[in-house]
Amino acid sequence: MHMADALISPAVGGVMWAAAVGTAAYSIKKIRNEMDEKKIPLMGVMGAFVFAAQMINFTIPGTGSSGHIGGGILLAVLLGPYAAFLSMASILLIQALFFADGGLLAFGSNVFNMGFYTCFIAYPLIFRWITRKGMSSRRIITASLISVVIGLQMGSLSVVLQTLFSGKTALPFGTFLLFMQPVHLAIGIMEGLVTAAVVTFVWKARPEIIERASEGKALVGISLKKVILIIAIATVLTGGVLSWFASSNPDGLEWSMFKTAGTTELEASGEVHEAASGIQSKTAILPDYSINAPEGLENAGTSISGLVGGLMTLVLAGLTGFIISIAKRRSKKAAA
Amino acid sequence: MNNPNIINSIYNMRLLDEAALKTTAVHRIHPLVKLVTTLAYLVVVVSFGKYETGRLLPFLFYPVVIFAFAELPVISMLKRILIVEPLIIGIGILNPLFDRQAVMFAGVLVPGGWVAFLSIFIKCSLTVTAALLLIATTGMDKLALALRMLKVPRLFVLQLLLTYRYISVLMEEVGRSLKAYSLKAPEHKGVQRSAWGPLAGQLILRTFDRAQRVYQAMCLRGFNGEYNTGGNIRLRSADLGYLAGWVLLFISLKRYDIPLIIGSLLTGVVK
Repeated sequence: MHMADALISPAVGGVMWAAAVGTAAYSIKKIRNEMDEKKIPLMGVMGAFVFAAQMINFTIPGTGSSGHIGGGILLAVLLGPYAAFLSMASILLIQALFFADGGLLAFGSNVFNMGFYTCFIAYPLIFRWITRKGMSSRRIITASLISVVIGLQMGSLSVVLQTLFSGKTALPFGTFLLFMQPVHLAIGIMEGLVTAAVVTFVWKARPEIIERASEGKALVGISLKKVILIIAIATVLTGGVLSWFASSNPDGLEWSMFKTAGTTELEASGEVHEAASGIQSKTAILPDYSINAPEGLENAGTSISGLVGGLMTLVLAGLTGFIISIAKRRSKKAAA
Repeated sequence: MNNPNIINSIYNMRLLDEAALKTTAVHRIHPLVKLVTTLAYLVVVVSFGKYETGRLLPFLFYPVVIFAFAELPVISMLKRILIVEPLIIGIGILNPLFDRQAVMFAGVLVPGGWVAFLSIFIKCSLTVTAALLLIATTGMDKLALALRMLKVPRLFVLQLLLTYRYISVLMEEVGRSLKAYSLKAPEHKGVQRSAWGPLAGQLILRTFDRAQRVYQAMCLRGFNGEYNTGGNIRLRSADLGYLAGWVLLFISLKRYDIPLIIGSLLTGVVK
C-alpha cells in the first residue's frame, strides 16, 4: 500500500507531510510527558522487529497463498498509539531510503495511510473499545480483526484519494476504489487474524506487556480532537500556501498538453529562443528536417525536435557519466 | 537463514552502508545539503504534468553525475531500482486502458494513456534513484545528523537510528526462526496457522527482553537521553556551491524545455 513519489503531486505530498509532521510532533510531546527514556530503545527495537516480521509469510488456510503483516495495530497494542506512530514513521523512512518502498515526497502520505489510521483511529476507537472491559482471547481476536480491517480500509481509501488529487494517473475514481477496497479487505482479514494470533500469544505468555501499553495512557476524546485539530491547521496552511504556488505554476491537464505540443515554451523563453535560433543556423546538423510541416500538423516540427533533443539529452547524460568515470580512473592511476 | 526476502534485504542494506563509507567529493558534501538537494530534485521532478515525458529526460544528469563522482556500484544499485519498477508498472499500465485521449508525442498522435504511463515510469525511476543516491552517499548516521540540524526532535532521531541498527540483528533472528520452522515443517511454503501466534509471539517476547538489555547497556555507557554524534560537520563554501549549482539547474530545467532547445538546434526548426 506504499504510495510512490511518481504518483503524487507536490501539493498533495506537502499537505500529507504537514499532517504527518503535526501528528508526530504531538506524539513526541505526549511521550515526553508520559514516559521515561526507557521507551526509546523499546520503540527502536520493536520497530526493527516489525520491519523484520513483515518478511514472514503466513500461509492462509485453504488457499495455498500467503500474506504478511503491516504491523500498525500490532505496534499500537504493544507500545501504545504515540510510540507506535513514531515507530511506524521510522520503519517507513528506512523503507523509503533503503528499499525504495514509497518515496521521500510520498513519505507523509505513507505515514498517514499506514500509521495514523491504525494508531489514532482503529486502535483507540475499535481495539480499545472492544477490550475496554478487560482482555480475553475472544475479545482480542474480535478487536484485532476489526481494527486491522478498518485501519487498512481507511488507508487504502486514503491512497485512492491522494492519487486522485495528484492527477498523475488516469484511473477513474470508482474503478480504482472498487479495485483497492476489496483487495485490502482480503489483506486486512488475513493481517487481522495473524495479529490476533500474535497478540493472544503474547497476552497469554506475558499479559503485563499488553496491559501496560493500554492502561493509564488512555487516548481520551480531548487528545484525539487535538490531534485532528493540529492536522487540520497544518493541512489548511500548507494547502493554502502550496495551492498559491501551484496556481502560478499550473501543471494541470491542458497546460501539459500545451507543453507536449511544444507551443508555449519557446515563446516563454524569449532570450534562450533567440540565442538558440542564432546558433542553430550555424550548428544545425539536420537543417532541413521537417521545417515545413504539413498543414494541420504545425507542431510536428517541434515534436520531432523534442524527440531528437530527448535522445540527444540521453546520449549527453550517458557521455557525461562516462567521461567523469574515465577522468576519475585516470587521476587515480596518476596518483598511484 | 534461507528466506530470500531476508537475505535480499540484509544484502541491500549492507550494499548501501558500504557505499556510504566511501570518501569521494560527493560523500564529503554536508549531509544537510545533500538532503535539501534531493528534496528539491524530487519536488521538481514530480511537478511535471502527466503528459510531459521529454521534459523529464534532462533530470537524468543528476543521478548520472552523482553515480560517476561518488564511484557507486552502478549495476548492483540499478538492480535495486529495477526491483521496484514492477509495482509502479502495475498501476501505470492501467493508464492506457482508461485514458484514450489523443495527444501529440514525437510528432504523431498517440493515446494519452501511453504517454502518461511512460511519464510515470520515468518519474518512478528518477525519484527512486534519487532516494537511494542520498543514502548511498550520506549514510544513516550523517543523515540523522542532518535531521537533528533541521530540529527534528532527538527522540525521533534516536529511535530511527535504533530501528535502523537493529533491523539487521532482528532480520537474522527472524531468519533463524524461519529456518528452524522450515526444518521442522518440510514441504510447507509459509508458516501454518497453528504456528502463527507462537512463532511471531516468541520473537516479540525475545525482542522485548532484548530492548531491556539494550537500554541497560546504554545506561551503563552513560546514556542520558541525549544523542551524541562525536563530531560536528561544518558547512563549507563547496557545500553551498553544490546546493546552489544543483538547485539552479533544476529550476532552469523546469523553466526551459532543454531537449526541445537541443532538438531545435539540431533540426533547425526554430521559427
